[in-house]
Amino acid sequence: MEEQQHTTLNLGPTHPATHGIFQNVLTIDGEEIVDTEQTIGYIHRAFEKIAENRPYYQVTPLTDRLNYCSAPINNLGYHMAVEKLIGINIPKRVDYMRIILMELARITDHLICNSVIGVDSGALTGFVYVFQERERVYEIYEEVSGARLTTNMGRIGGFERDFSPAAIRKIHEFLNNLPKVLREFEKLLMRNRIFMDRTIGVGKISPARALNYGFTGPNLRAAGVDYDVRVQHPYSGYDDFEFQVPVGSNGDTYDRFCVRQEEVWQSLKLIRNALDNLPEGAFHADTPGFYLPPKEAVYGNMEAMIWHFKIVMGEVQVPAGEIYHSVEAANGELGFYLVSDGGRTPYRLHFRRPCFIYYQAFPEMIRGGVLSDAILTMSSMNVIAGELDA
Amino acid sequence: MTPEENNIASKITRRFGAGILKTDTSSDMLTVTAEKGIIHEVIRVLKEDKEMNFSFLTTLCGIHYPDEPLPLGVVYHLHNLEEKLRVRIKTFLTADFPHVPTVTDLFSAANWMERETFDFYGIIFDGHSNLKRILNVEYLDYFPLRKEYPLEDPTREDKDDRYFGR
Repeated sequence: MEEQQHTTLNLGPTHPATHGIFQNVLTIDGEEIVDTEQTIGYIHRAFEKIAENRPYYQVTPLTDRLNYCSAPINNLGYHMAVEKLIGINIPKRVDYMRIILMELARITDHLICNSVIGVDSGALTGFVYVFQERERVYEIYEEVSGARLTTNMGRIGGFERDFSPAAIRKIHEFLNNLPKVLREFEKLLMRNRIFMDRTIGVGKISPARALNYGFTGPNLRAAGVDYDVRVQHPYSGYDDFEFQVPVGSNGDTYDRFCVRQEEVWQSLKLIRNALDNLPEGAFHADTPGFYLPPKEAVYGNMEAMIWHFKIVMGEVQVPAGEIYHSVEAANGELGFYLVSDGGRTPYRLHFRRPCFIYYQAFPEMIRGGVLSDAILTMSSMNVIAGELDA
Repeated sequence: MTPEENNIASKITRRFGAGILKTDTSSDMLTVTAEKGIIHEVIRVLKEDKEMNFSFLTTLCGIHYPDEPLPLGVVYHLHNLEEKLRVRIKTFLTADFPHVPTVTDLFSAANWMERETFDFYGIIFDGHSNLKRILNVEYLDYFPLRKEYPLEDPTREDKDDRYFGR
């Protein structure tokens, strides 16, 4: 009998096709994948430990660095979790401003993910083309928060400042420009024979396996399960708006691509609706403990000065309790399990990072396929190294 | 407490009796504290009972209360996707024998979550097929999220945090 031999192939930790630092040791038989062993943790920064030692408002910059392709969703999701623990009422305007920013972030995240699927199947053009639109969104972030990638957006209780006229103008420009670009991008890939041949039936997962593996977000919906946190457990006023939750049927790379693409259209609709119905009023809740008073007041008013120092030194206490709050991040259910003992820092803060959970299914999804399909499956799962390793 | 949560709480208590140490609804969802001996059975029943149907494992993580008699805890969040209902299950372990049965046979998702909890807290999941560190290096000889490990090197002299409430 002939001896059967397998080849071991190292994919990563730094490999241009993995879009992040994580390693796969593949066992291959010719071109066919027999198994893979995943190693992660290369950019682990112990955020959960750091969060236990920082005042609540200083945790926000840590959340930026989870899924850095859509940082505002993480920031605002964390703020909502803390607000739920404190139990404060948020003005409608804040809710709608948050929806606008979170949907903008979802669009950029989906654009990056989908265009990268294009790149990995050999179509670089679409990637470069949609990055122009991503740049527009980053300019909106800049106008709202002053930063582009790691945004540290908003405050616990609302926003540090209202949308400027320039921000509103830029959002309108973006809303007007994107549909044309998106249609062209879809024309390039969606019914492209080569792209379809490369993606249909690749990296399939059944709905039952996807649920068992804790899939959420577009990856779960591509498998045919219509679970969306925005609909199931509405937060931030999502229940005021009508939007569709696109669902796939095969759970393959092509379905994941299509689900994301349709979600971009739905997000556009949501932004337009939220912007048209943006209520007048305060852009932050009445929480003196978390919202820095205006500078003029700090210099002339004793109470404002006291609050200013208390906030900056992180001496504001949060009532004891525990909550779980989740938001629909761009790649799944991003959850915050927050335990407070009544102190100035969280007692325990656990992040439910969607891609940490669903990336476990990768070996099962690529088994029996070829190496080039594994690359495509990985990019279609939208695994972000920062979120994977926290 | 909503009627559904009430129903689940009484059902679980009836089934397991004294093994259920506490059912609490003062936080945002029904929280059940169970003895570690029956924790696997509790989760299995919650998952497989047709009425309760908590078939989705949302999170699994550790927690450490150094002053308690049972200092190490494991917290599970389960989700019934159809009824839009969540439940939180907790179990607590001693520091000398932090063993708890794995739930990887019920949820494939638990695999890495349990490895992460082992990595951070040193909680050992009996029956796990590949229980080794996941985010930290394998030769690390302590469990970094336990409260006794300070975030910063305590011997540092160039930094005085006393005035900052730390």
